[in-house]
Amino acid sequence: MGILSYPFDSDELMTQRRKLRKYLLENGENLVEKRIAVLGGSTTHDITAMLELFLLDMGIKPVFYESEYDRYWQDAVFPNPELEEFKPDFIFIHTSSRNLTLLELSVSASEAEVADSIERQYEHFLQMWENIDKVYGCPIIQNNFEMPLTRKFGNSDCVNVHGMCNAVMKLNLKFSEYAASHSKFYIHDINYLSACYGLDEWLEPKYWYLYKYALCIPAIPEFAFSLSKIFRSLLGKNKKVLALDLDNTLWGGVIGDDGQEGIEIGHETTMGQGYYAFQSYLKDQKEIGVLLTVNSKNDYENAILGLNHPEGVLKPDDFVCIKANWNPKDINLVETADELSLLPESIVFVDDNPAEREIVKSQVEGVEVPEFDSVDECIMVLDRSGFFEVTNLSADDTKRSEMYKANAQRKSQMKRFADYGEYLESLEMTAEIKDFSEIYLSRITQLTNKSNQFNLTTKRFTLAEMQEVFESDKYIRLYGKLTDKFGDNGIVSVVIGEKKNDELHIDLWLMSCRVLKRDMELAMLDTLVEKAAENGIKTIYGYYYKTAKNAMVKDLFTTFGFEKIESKENGDGVWKLEVSGYKKQNKYIKVNEKELTVIC
Amino acid sequence: MLTQEEVFERLNEVFRDVFDNDKITVNPSTTANDVEEWDSLEHIRLIGAVESEFNMKFSMKEVSSMKNVGEMAAIVAERAKPKQQKKKKFGFFGR
Repeated sequence: MGILSYPFDSDELMTQRRKLRKYLLENGENLVEKRIAVLGGSTTHDITAMLELFLLDMGIKPVFYESEYDRYWQDAVFPNPELEEFKPDFIFIHTSSRNLTLLELSVSASEAEVADSIERQYEHFLQMWENIDKVYGCPIIQNNFEMPLTRKFGNSDCVNVHGMCNAVMKLNLKFSEYAASHSKFYIHDINYLSACYGLDEWLEPKYWYLYKYALCIPAIPEFAFSLSKIFRSLLGKNKKVLALDLDNTLWGGVIGDDGQEGIEIGHETTMGQGYYAFQSYLKDQKEIGVLLTVNSKNDYENAILGLNHPEGVLKPDDFVCIKANWNPKDINLVETADELSLLPESIVFVDDNPAEREIVKSQVEGVEVPEFDSVDECIMVLDRSGFFEVTNLSADDTKRSEMYKANAQRKSQMKRFADYGEYLESLEMTAEIKDFSEIYLSRITQLTNKSNQFNLTTKRFTLAEMQEVFESDKYIRLYGKLTDKFGDNGIVSVVIGEKKNDELHIDLWLMSCRVLKRDMELAMLDTLVEKAAENGIKTIYGYYYKTAKNAMVKDLFTTFGFEKIESKENGDGVWKLEVSGYKKQNKYIKVNEKELTVIC
Repeated sequence: MLTQEEVFERLNEVFRDVFDNDKITVNPSTTANDVEEWDSLEHIRLIGAVESEFNMKFSMKEVSSMKNVGEMAAIVAERAKPKQQKKKKFGFFGR
């Protein structure tokens, strides 16, 4: 559910908690019930309340036992019929540095006395863990400790044995060592979490003084989310696959247009470094078992070319499945899942283009589609979302049956949009298709020099040459701007036709690959034919000049309904269309309905 | 400064959200005794929600001494600031 996906609005979650809970309980399917005992060294009420939301969203229905305030140790160590009766599946111990009451850190204490007190403090916890293991035998999730809000010694607090920072570091290390040597014991790393959140806010004292919370209330959703990721992982509900777009996701630029030497990846450019960091991050994910796949609108050869960039970290071999074609991405995604014998809901789809994200999100039930605006944000959102949180517990035996159940669900899956047209309809596209104007000439010229794939004649222009075309009355010129509900795509298509008596010869027809399969080319054609008729044109001639990169439009004029009148051995071709009797083809884009704001 | 009407209108929304009860209408003399779900635990969440709605903070003393919604509204009216645009947490490159 989007509102609970990272990055969420913590305030909103706190305020809307009751509504959300009701919704999740009413709409959750196949919820797995788990019994969680929360033993707190501080108030836990809102923590369990918020944890419940995240767990429900992950398909887990928690039933809670909460210890009385600050009775965590007694509850765990002494005979406790109520807790035994409860039969916890998990015990979460919510302690913090507030609970480090046995430490003796005054400067009058000897080093040995300090060390003893740290050992005693550790054993206080150890005794509890060992008793839980003996009596309840269930997995334990244990907070480590956040750094103190203030420091007696300043920077050397982490050096001096009497420093709290020093003591917290030692205890955290001991906790980690215990976790490393004991299965069924997991650290919830609030030392890291509180640092990310900001210790000054995390430890704002009033929340302790007023309510005995060991962290500030606004941080509770972050805390609960962080904790929920451990449960998700332990219960086998992690994601398994990353389906990755290529252009402007794994590298900067468009491989089909810019070529291998033109894309940004590596240490040479600002953006290149960001994409390099992302590829490195993904390589690490691959090494811990995440399956990497490609889902890209590209010619296959171009995808491979981009992945073989010498500065890139990821190579074609790193991917278990590469879908580089011109099919809709939701279809590619479902095929990927089938090929891997996994449910689409085990996939996280990563794409810089909001329109692609929308179609995948709406067409494929359960797939995670993180939102981001830039590659560095993408890394952070993926990382913090914790789709692949590692907890070393081997897969539950129940998992196999779940897999079979899931297979059955796949078959009954319903697509939300009845067809592709409905999707296009949902984009609410509007276009401005008009004769050139002075302010757009430089963008138009730039497009003629950048576009390689959807470009029928690949005719390049200098700004001066474009100025000449603009001033001459020999031409019919059109630029196309496309806007959809996600925003303005800017000028994405250019057409220039040269008039010769009652004939029009199409010198240039190009479109940005950003808007492929949106029917923008049909909207351009409709307007072109209309303008042609106004100019007394009877026949339009279209030309295709084959290049290494423009195979995708070799049959464009045929699909437009032109008649092929010449085809050359080298792959070039000529087509013609009679203007009279032409019927408009664009159904989904509203053209020139309102004046769009002019953006320079 | 916000008018009393504005403050109460928005406070009402917050109360309705927090207690998930659309029938709640608060007035200056409303106290915790008048709203069934308003216990000490929900009080904490309510304070947080009011603080975020009006982009202000109650002092510790105020939280523990406010007697009724009227007192709360008076503090809010005096201290409310326009809502802040949520800043994005991550992202250096932009688009």
